[in-house]
Amino acid sequence: MDGALVADLQQALAPERVRVSPLELDLYARDAGIVAGRAEVVCFPLTPGEVQACVRVCRTHGRPFVPRGSGTGLAGGAVPIDDPVVIVTTKMTRILEVDADERVAWVEPGVLNLDLSRAVAHLGLHYAPDPSSQQSCSIGGNVATNSGGPHCLLYGVTSAHVLAVEVCLPDGSLVMLGGLDPEPAGYDLRGAFVGSEGTMGIATRIAVRLTPLPPAVRTLLLDFTSVESAAAAVSGIIAAGLVPAALEMMDAEITRAVEDFVHAGFPRDAAAVLLVEVDGLPGGVDAAASIVSDVGLAHGARTVRVAADEAERALLWKGRKSAFGAIARIAPNYYLHDAVVPRTRLVDVMTAVYDIAKRYDLVMMNVFHAGDGNLHPLIVFDRRADGVLERVMAAGEEIIQACVAAGGVLSGEHGIGLEKRDYMPLIFSADDLDAQARLRESFDPDGVANPQKVLPAGSRCGDLQRVPEGAWI
Amino acid sequence: MDLKAFAEEVGNQGPVTVVGGRTQWDVGGSVASGTREVRAPAGIVEFEPAEMTVRCGAGTTVAELDAALGEHGQCVALAGDDGATVGGVLAVGWSGIRRLRQGPMRDVLLEARYVSGDGRVIKGGGPTVKNVSGFDLCRLLVGSLGTLGFLGEVVLRCRPRPAESRWFSGAAEPFDLVQRLHQPSAILWDGATTWLLLEGHPADVEAQGAIAGLAEAAGPPAMPTGGRVSMRPSELRSLTGDFVAEIGVGVVHTAGPAPKRDLPSDVAALNRRVKQAFDPNGRLNPGRTVAA
Repeated sequence: MDGALVADLQQALAPERVRVSPLELDLYARDAGIVAGRAEVVCFPLTPGEVQACVRVCRTHGRPFVPRGSGTGLAGGAVPIDDPVVIVTTKMTRILEVDADERVAWVEPGVLNLDLSRAVAHLGLHYAPDPSSQQSCSIGGNVATNSGGPHCLLYGVTSAHVLAVEVCLPDGSLVMLGGLDPEPAGYDLRGAFVGSEGTMGIATRIAVRLTPLPPAVRTLLLDFTSVESAAAAVSGIIAAGLVPAALEMMDAEITRAVEDFVHAGFPRDAAAVLLVEVDGLPGGVDAAASIVSDVGLAHGARTVRVAADEAERALLWKGRKSAFGAIARIAPNYYLHDAVVPRTRLVDVMTAVYDIAKRYDLVMMNVFHAGDGNLHPLIVFDRRADGVLERVMAAGEEIIQACVAAGGVLSGEHGIGLEKRDYMPLIFSADDLDAQARLRESFDPDGVANPQKVLPAGSRCGDLQRVPEGAWI
Repeated sequence: MDLKAFAEEVGNQGPVTVVGGRTQWDVGGSVASGTREVRAPAGIVEFEPAEMTVRCGAGTTVAELDAALGEHGQCVALAGDDGATVGGVLAVGWSGIRRLRQGPMRDVLLEARYVSGDGRVIKGGGPTVKNVSGFDLCRLLVGSLGTLGFLGEVVLRCRPRPAESRWFSGAAEPFDLVQRLHQPSAILWDGATTWLLLEGHPADVEAQGAIAGLAEAAGPPAMPTGGRVSMRPSELRSLTGDFVAEIGVGVVHTAGPAPKRDLPSDVAALNRRVKQAFDPNGRLNPGRTVAA
């Protein structure tokens, strides 16, 4: 342990907000994914000024830093590599200002996603991006990973909802990127920052757009006897010229697990179910709901259940969003993928993905954002079993390759982090990666902000990045 | 012309500018005289209606793209005058007057293949409607006035064309309408008259029109073209003079020129570092700048 570093951080914050106990360092060595690193010290600033102070102490001591929100990320974006200082924003939880007239809220980065929606519900507003982890993930973390969620199909992912962001740059200065006016001057650096996974600095205050609650909502549950027909129905709905608010698929295994967990009346014998939501004004909603129903039936849906009231709707969504809790009853570990494929290729890719799991003798489930082609193949396993992790990783790689071969991309909403960093050359050329590295370098010329994430070693000409020795799985 | 030929034409020596339809040619300043001109590839490369995305050359006109998408009941949230090109309007980044409902142009560009200052073809983003693989070069390029790279080929997010579009106008208080209506496509105001565009299912358009209490109108007003000002939506109330304001959005079209805007020095420095990183020799579109 670097005593001088810890002393300076304690001086800058307060002794109780700088942690070095082995137990806590362990806790902050990983996020919700399966890769672990090692933290040197963990600190908890309360204000933008304290974030700056932490970053400046890091600079003085020649240490990198890793920004961290709630740690719900799945790609290893918050995993500490190179013995960094972990700067945790979870104690910065104030909603600073809500302007119902302009539909904007200023929040600190540690505000939980769902807390913001709850806080503005009485104004008829909500914060639209809704990751499954919305009860525990923070807006700052959402900004870092450009998070999605079921309703991002219609409303767009985080980047479409961030108007301005105050950033502590890696040199310790604070800048305001973007603005509350529609066309801020300069390059769209707020756009560049959102999704940069902590490699360009730390968000210290964020202005987000609030969205009016829709006047009418219809939630439908369609039940299919094959995954292929459900996937074909998804393509059919999009082909009918419809963009539902959400269009989610759950396969047989996950549907049973969810039903046993929440008892929402999901059909336990279905091969796949689609949870579809349409919202807006009543005329459009009625028309869209009947198109969804017709397309579903044309593709062999056994039943179409329409939620009768808000309670039934909430129960269906509770089922969808507690999928990851439900699988904990099946096996202790899971590895969740996050690739996106063209929606017209869903049927082929689903078939390929199931074949891969079968070949590796793994239990795989699928619960995902079908409407935007965002697959979440989820492999459940018990890591104590001999050799299982190797099979899980090998199958994972094949799944990614199958998605890329179908014209897809590596991540739809979880990010690249550490987990997918070395797959980046599958979709980007050396020149493409060089351009991304140049962007990162404009924000962080010394590479001290969340080093070794997102871009593989050697992305920049003359890049001397090392492979992450501290990383293990 | 393909991308490779476009890149060769851009090359890696000497000042160069990319020409679209010249409809927004002086935004951000005039290109230095003597700058060599190139044009991006044109034409629709791939349109799969069931995917709701389209791939096209940046030199394709917005009108041609709109016509092709319209045949399948789709559109893209790009706007431009006659002759404007897809690459041109993206580089300028000015959203159309339907922004209140459609969202800004920055959300439309999914993948960009552009030519860098050293003449290489670079891809940013990806072809799927959702993608967080790597840094967001697409949003960086929208509104960059071709000073970071020249768009060659793009993949854009399409959307369903509304079943019905109707303009209304009258003396209604526009700020009140933003709150009372659900997702109107546009509310314009010149200080006296309000124009409203409603789009969607005919029954909804009818019902929302009744709530608004305005008379049917032929279309939007003639927009002043002297300047374009970006303001917080709440600041529009205090506007005076000759203008048409996009209520709820904050874009103001003025008869006189827009005042010059200065970036705060720290943000300006970061902008310069980005420009330096992408075009170290300053050869792309010299004379035009996003900081104005």
